[in-house]
Amino acid sequence: MLAANDAARGLGIYPGAAAARAQAVAAELIIQDADLEGDREGLEKLALWALKTFSPIVAPDPPDGLVIDATGAAHLKGGEAAYLKDLVRRLAEVDVAARAAMSGSWGSAHALARYVANPTIIADSADSGRAMAHLPTRALRLPYETIDGLSKVGFDIVGELEASARAPLVHRFGPEVIRRLDQAYGRSAEPIEPVEAPELVQVRRAFAPEPIGAPETLARYTIKLVEALCAALEDRGLGVRIADLRFYRVDNRIEAVRVATAKPIRDLKRLSRLLCDKIETIDPGFGVEQMVLAAIATEPLVWKPQANDLTTTAAPDVSDLIDTLANRLGRSGRLYRLDPGDSFVPERSVRMVTPSAPASELAWPLNWPRPTRLLAKPEPVTAMALLPDQPPTAFTWRGQRRRVLRADGPERVHGEWWRQPGELWACRDYFQLETDSGERFWVFRRGDGEWAPSGDLSWYMHGLFG
Amino acid sequence: MLADPAHRAFDALRTEIAKIEAGGRVGKGVLPFGVADLDARLPGGGLPLGALHEVAGGGSGAVDGAASALFAAGLAARTVGQVLWCVTRADLFAPALFQAGLAPERVIFLEAGDEKTVLACCEEGLRHGGLGAVVGEVSRLSQTASRRLQLAAETGSTLGIVVRRWRRQADAADFGQPTAANTRWRVSPLPSSPLPTTGVGRARWFIELIRCKAGERAEFELEACDAAGRLALPADVADGPMAAPSWERRAAG
Repeated sequence: MLAANDAARGLGIYPGAAAARAQAVAAELIIQDADLEGDREGLEKLALWALKTFSPIVAPDPPDGLVIDATGAAHLKGGEAAYLKDLVRRLAEVDVAARAAMSGSWGSAHALARYVANPTIIADSADSGRAMAHLPTRALRLPYETIDGLSKVGFDIVGELEASARAPLVHRFGPEVIRRLDQAYGRSAEPIEPVEAPELVQVRRAFAPEPIGAPETLARYTIKLVEALCAALEDRGLGVRIADLRFYRVDNRIEAVRVATAKPIRDLKRLSRLLCDKIETIDPGFGVEQMVLAAIATEPLVWKPQANDLTTTAAPDVSDLIDTLANRLGRSGRLYRLDPGDSFVPERSVRMVTPSAPASELAWPLNWPRPTRLLAKPEPVTAMALLPDQPPTAFTWRGQRRRVLRADGPERVHGEWWRQPGELWACRDYFQLETDSGERFWVFRRGDGEWAPSGDLSWYMHGLFG
Repeated sequence: MLADPAHRAFDALRTEIAKIEAGGRVGKGVLPFGVADLDARLPGGGLPLGALHEVAGGGSGAVDGAASALFAAGLAARTVGQVLWCVTRADLFAPALFQAGLAPERVIFLEAGDEKTVLACCEEGLRHGGLGAVVGEVSRLSQTASRRLQLAAETGSTLGIVVRRWRRQADAADFGQPTAANTRWRVSPLPSSPLPTTGVGRARWFIELIRCKAGERAEFELEACDAAGRLALPADVADGPMAAPSWERRAAG
């Protein structure tokens, strides 16, 4: 028995049992011959899919897993938790029930994904040992015979194994137990051999016999690889959207950077600029012996004719700047444009769009006052005003009392019942107030001042004018 | 005055020095304010392009940065090309920028986690050369950081503006520290232009030119940005400080 579904597991049939015994437990059991070759091919396909979507370093982990090095890739999905969630969700969409775990070492991630409820994230490698301690010895990727032998001498969980003397273990079970234990605890390295998609455009350069390590050298060879990649892309008429640069270190580890662009490019300068910006995140260790640059996502590159009548100058293209800034910011910042939204409620009148989005057809009002700074949340103020539509004569905001000399308003903003049913009767009356010191504020009163369901007549500060 | 040979010698020397200072770079032109009083105080008749300028708010404006941001928006609106606006706190209300002449499709906002990144991204934007203006909102601006921005701005004709905005009023004393910026402005709100009826008229600012390279400090009372980002001389000030608003005079006459 190599695998069993949930129903079978419920009957006590686990992988590793003999088929005859399983049939004795459940007569209606459906048994199918294992298609090991097919499984491996399926896993390879899945790995290639993950390579294009999730990380530059992905490898199949037969018989039933994928191992992904998410270092420096998690931010593209908005953090590690979101990364795993997205991974599981996308697999669920294609009917693959997946369990995911993220940890400091392959060994412990492998164990946590299979034996702990998912998704699990262990950020600190020191914690991975603690998380491993209560798992069964089966979690250590050891052969069945060894597990059997260990349980015969009383080792059932990983923690016990870790706490016991090592020499007798090696003497009795061979070096494999200790090797797997060290790998799970992150004490010994375990290189990942990433899958490579043959159809991807990629270029490589090996540095034999002398590995390289200085950042300037890495940058120089990055530029050479970009040159080669651009030439290869030109033959195919493609531009790159996502590019991976992998550094194979002499100690068998792989470091990688991934850059993405807003539109397909095949520009030597731009692409090398984006990649060279990221080189500082690379730890070359004892040296890099091979560099591979792959175009993970490509699109046909269409040339648009430029202005050709000599009298007009084309608007300068800033898309390269946008790419540079976006890749530099990563997840620590945002790059956007603010477009008019389809609403008169101030909070909804501004819509965040990508910098390269086409211009909106809507426009903001020019003749209604709008403050330069809008408070994130309207702040309550105490104010005194005549009803129904007189501005306050004085108000207190943030503990400071201000006298109003001039005022403009009201500008009535109605609730939008088609967005939220609760707003059916709600309305706000906005006033522009000018104090005796010349400061100008945007305050509103909830309600129209006459009819109770429209609001409770409380006053709020919403913005500051310049 | 021009006939005086000593003055002529000085003028020749000044031109010579300006040439040396430019270091072989071609003049980038200036962005005139369109207000004669103001332009007359600026060497070259306007705000030099391809240079760094500092703007801060006066009084509580040092914290909220409302008037200073609008002043910067008015300047950026009158440049040609897109504008990069780098902030750490995203509380700008884009419709107000639109009312100062900055169309939504022209402004790219960049929100960064810290001021170091804001400054680095501003520098990147200034070096690119394809933008009309780069605005960065920071509280601290060291001599080194401002020098970097100034050098980056000199590589093209992009207008570099740093809006200084502090977390606390007390921190605004930092504005006295020297920086490499070409000009330094302080903008404080004044009571708006009087109207014949009740209501708030066009906003007015008290604009101080605190530092100006090869120029002298000056103070102005001007009307705030209109829909094209232009400042204006208030009517009652133009007619002399004591002149009554025209509608009052007409009523009296």
